[in-house]
Amino acid sequence: MAGSMVTSEFLVEVDHQRCRRCKRCILNCGFGVFDFQNMTTADSSKCVACHRCVVFCPEEAITITRNPLAFKEHPSWEVDRRKAIWKQAQSSGMILTGMGNDLPWLNVFDHLLIDACQVTNPSIDPLREPMELKTFLGRKPDRLEVSADNGGFRLQTEVGNNVELAVPIMFSGMSYGSVSLNVHKSLAIAAEKLGTVMNTGEGGLHPELTPYTDHIIVQCASGRFGVHSDYLNAGVAVEIKIGQGAKPGIGGHLPGEKIGREVSGTRMIPVGTDALSPAPHHDIYSIEDLRQLIYALKEATGYKPVSVKIATVHNVAAIASGIARAGADIIYLDGFRGGTGASPAVIRDHVGIPVEIAIAVVDKQLRSEGIRNLVSIIAAGGIRSSADVAKAIALGADAVGVGTAALIALGCRLCQKCYTGNCSWGIATQRPELTDRLDPDWGAERLVNLINAWSLELKEVLGALGVNAVESLRGNRERLRALGLDSTTMDILDVKPAGR
Amino acid sequence: MSKAATGREEELKSVTVDATGVYYRELNHRVRELVDEGYREIILDGVNGQRYIGDGLVDDVTIIINGVAGNDLGAFMDGPTVIVNDNAQDGVANTMNSGKIVVRGHAGDVLGYGMRGGKVFVTGDVGYRVGIHMKSYKEQVPVIVAGGRAGDFFGEYMAGGVMVLLGLGEEPPLTGDYLGTGMHGGNIFLRGPVFEDQLGKEVRQFPLDEEDRCFLEGLLEEFAADAGMDLSGVKTDEFSKLSPFSHRPYGNMYCY
Repeated sequence: MAGSMVTSEFLVEVDHQRCRRCKRCILNCGFGVFDFQNMTTADSSKCVACHRCVVFCPEEAITITRNPLAFKEHPSWEVDRRKAIWKQAQSSGMILTGMGNDLPWLNVFDHLLIDACQVTNPSIDPLREPMELKTFLGRKPDRLEVSADNGGFRLQTEVGNNVELAVPIMFSGMSYGSVSLNVHKSLAIAAEKLGTVMNTGEGGLHPELTPYTDHIIVQCASGRFGVHSDYLNAGVAVEIKIGQGAKPGIGGHLPGEKIGREVSGTRMIPVGTDALSPAPHHDIYSIEDLRQLIYALKEATGYKPVSVKIATVHNVAAIASGIARAGADIIYLDGFRGGTGASPAVIRDHVGIPVEIAIAVVDKQLRSEGIRNLVSIIAAGGIRSSADVAKAIALGADAVGVGTAALIALGCRLCQKCYTGNCSWGIATQRPELTDRLDPDWGAERLVNLINAWSLELKEVLGALGVNAVESLRGNRERLRALGLDSTTMDILDVKPAGR
Repeated sequence: MSKAATGREEELKSVTVDATGVYYRELNHRVRELVDEGYREIILDGVNGQRYIGDGLVDDVTIIINGVAGNDLGAFMDGPTVIVNDNAQDGVANTMNSGKIVVRGHAGDVLGYGMRGGKVFVTGDVGYRVGIHMKSYKEQVPVIVAGGRAGDFFGEYMAGGVMVLLGLGEEPPLTGDYLGTGMHGGNIFLRGPVFEDQLGKEVRQFPLDEEDRCFLEGLLEEFAADAGMDLSGVKTDEFSKLSPFSHRPYGNMYCY
């Protein structure tokens, strides 16, 4: 019998007339597709369509095509379903995958339209007038008391620690281990230049990131990897990771192959052992327990802001209310399109709800309880463009987190094979010959370019709306209209249909 | 033991604080102030459930707690010695990096969660989910010893370190169910026999070797001294040893 019934997803062809046998493709492919026996040969079954070979072939001699192999079509037995069954019938394993949900669920962002000013109130040209994107994350006081002071005013209310962002966009938590150190450095350098923050994820903080700790949020997740007193005090805030959009309710397994000397050092576990993150924090079984950990972290850090990251699940509004009341300063909502280095496909693709819905219901719930000022809301998990940023903020987010978009800026082709550790672009790998490919300064420049481009676009959107600060868009659902959404969803979003 | 017992009495700067009715935030703030002022022994009288004592402290100090210590005693602690002359509540030594906690009484649930180094000695019983995801790193080997018995999930997800249950005056089984479930590193020593139906599927019983006996002897001596107990009747050959049989218990669950 054949070893596998699963046919190749892609076909790799080398044009031998063009090929000058430089073997760059062999060196560049992290998946071992190419070989050389008198001429360049390709094993299509290993190809993931990451395009590294195509981009680096000096003769444009390589083409990758989707395998046109015909399958008898069937509307409910799509080819990928059949392939999954073949794989599982052979291995008895769960289908593992990477990056975000790739099923064609409704994307609410793509059914929301932004307003603009015409005639009756003026729009603003952001190129000539100041436009404020600065955002402060953290608890805001219930009321401000000011006193007269020498003809001026003095703020009497003590405002707790907040994290200052020059732009309402931060980099999402991605652990060192799941991504390379050069990715972490790229994110950290970019965060500093942009005046925003990156997030360590749960893999600890590498010493080479020390110069950037004013722009780093450190994470405390269920495995407590690399978590110690100095680490907690290193960043501007601490994030308790309860859940991740790509895998709500489940833990993580970083395989021992990825725990080399350096990763072992930041995670503070022995080389070669699996890094198992339990599904829950075993000291958190209730909101009261969450409060206990929040205040344990505050006590350990001199009361730095504490963020709580959750996957957006069905009851997200009530959960968020509990988190706010438990004393969190920031709630990080990770939607079901959020990325991952590795997740069972059944969880990634079928568990959770879109972040668009979650932002709206959380913002509404917190407002209705009069506690919206206690926390800032970060929306992440499927933020693909400045339009998504604007819509997320209009739905009620204070800022957004980007992970997948940042990795795409660094060269990621969304091949979804992060868990193999073979990433040819040097992103989701610890193989030194691959990680060397990503120069942190080059990476940082691309990230800075991307976020600056989005900021320009965001300012244009604000100008068109006739407002001069992102604050004026926050939670301003009146400036959104829905196109092609059902009335219940519009009711939940608190957004009117286009034309009304 | 407190540093006073190790012959450095003359250089020890000691202070006593009345914690009766003091809110935890004020109490812990006061402790930090005293540490900053150079006190190396801080005695807290009248403690009655105040949380987070010693939380995140990294200094070479000894804190003596007279009363019941509240939740998360010594969480994220990295160095200090804490002596509790009564019971301690849940979350003792949560994610502790180094240092020592001696509880002369019982301790609650989730003791030593994610603990990476240091020692926790409890003279009495410990609760559920004790030593979850304890891990060792380089020279750091966390150790938990309890004189009594423990609840379910003792050593769950354990990735490194050593846990010892003495069961003094108790009949086996000394723990509840799911003992060592998900364990992928470290060792558990239980006095007396272990019943197979209690075990998580990732652990097995192994015979103690000479190194184990030597380690246990030294540990029991230290425990006896700190606890003020006579353990001369406890012999190392009475112990069962549990270890994981794989460092990769979940290596074959996936296909691509």
